[in-house]
Amino acid sequence: MEIGLAHYLTVAAILFTLGLMGIFLNRKNVIVILMSVELMLLAVNINLVSFSTHLGDLTGQIFTMFVLTVAAAEAAIGLAILVVYYRNRASIAVDDINAMKG
Amino acid sequence: MIVEALAFYLFAAVAVACGVMVITSKNPVHSVLFLILAFFNAAGLFVIQGAEFLAMILVIVYVGAVAVLFLFVVMMLDVNFAELREGFAKYLPIGAAIGIVLLAELVLIGAGWVFGPDVAGVAASPTPALSEATNTEAIGRILYTKYVYLFQGAGMVLLVAMVGAIVLTLRQRSGVKRQNIAAQVARDAKAEVTVVKVPTGSGV
Repeated sequence: MEIGLAHYLTVAAILFTLGLMGIFLNRKNVIVILMSVELMLLAVNINLVSFSTHLGDLTGQIFTMFVLTVAAAEAAIGLAILVVYYRNRASIAVDDINAMKG
Repeated sequence: MIVEALAFYLFAAVAVACGVMVITSKNPVHSVLFLILAFFNAAGLFVIQGAEFLAMILVIVYVGAVAVLFLFVVMMLDVNFAELREGFAKYLPIGAAIGIVLLAELVLIGAGWVFGPDVAGVAASPTPALSEATNTEAIGRILYTKYVYLFQGAGMVLLVAMVGAIVLTLRQRSGVKRQNIAAQVARDAKAEVTVVKVPTGSGV
């Protein structure tokens, strides 16, 4: 019943995989794709904190804070782009995002 | 020890179940709410590991700011989400296949990997004993000394994100009456007020 590093890494791996699957399953919905990216970043944070506490090295937790910062910035910018896009095209379907013929 | 194991399995199971619900639920509002629950359970996992400061940051920053931002946007956009869900079944096989492959790879990495023998001695900033400093205090001690430039850089990232979000979403609509404070303050009585001599009995 000893809860070790492997348990936390397993949870993080499952969450990361779920985030990746979410991107594939909800290919048309940008909002759910952004949520899936948040889920993947959460899994990364669980990994960092687990290694940090397991190894007794606080640097991992500092790094987690920076990951959180970047994730918050990314969510804010992503949702702002989404709002602007919806204002211009009245749609957020990924298939409609083709103005730049990418 | 048994309590720790039970708490771990509870938080881990709820977090994974919430992750499944985030990507499969029909209504994006439900997705956001399950995402919030997943964040709470991840914070619980952090607390079990002794990283209570990051647990609180996760609850405050993610649940308090990011998830609420998602909720605002989902509710603000008038989108037919049922239409966006088309193709869910179509992409399920390839999504499941790639997910299983990735999970298998991660498990293989996790199974065939051990710490080096001298890894404990090379910590960049060793965690002080709990009797010496709490988790929050220990993080503060190195965050504001050793990593102060990175801390300032994180602040700049947030500033740029804030400016970017405002610049993107601000719009000047024509035909809307606005208050012009400079024009109001610049008015003076001589230009605006006229004294009219009203003859008695005839009205204005």
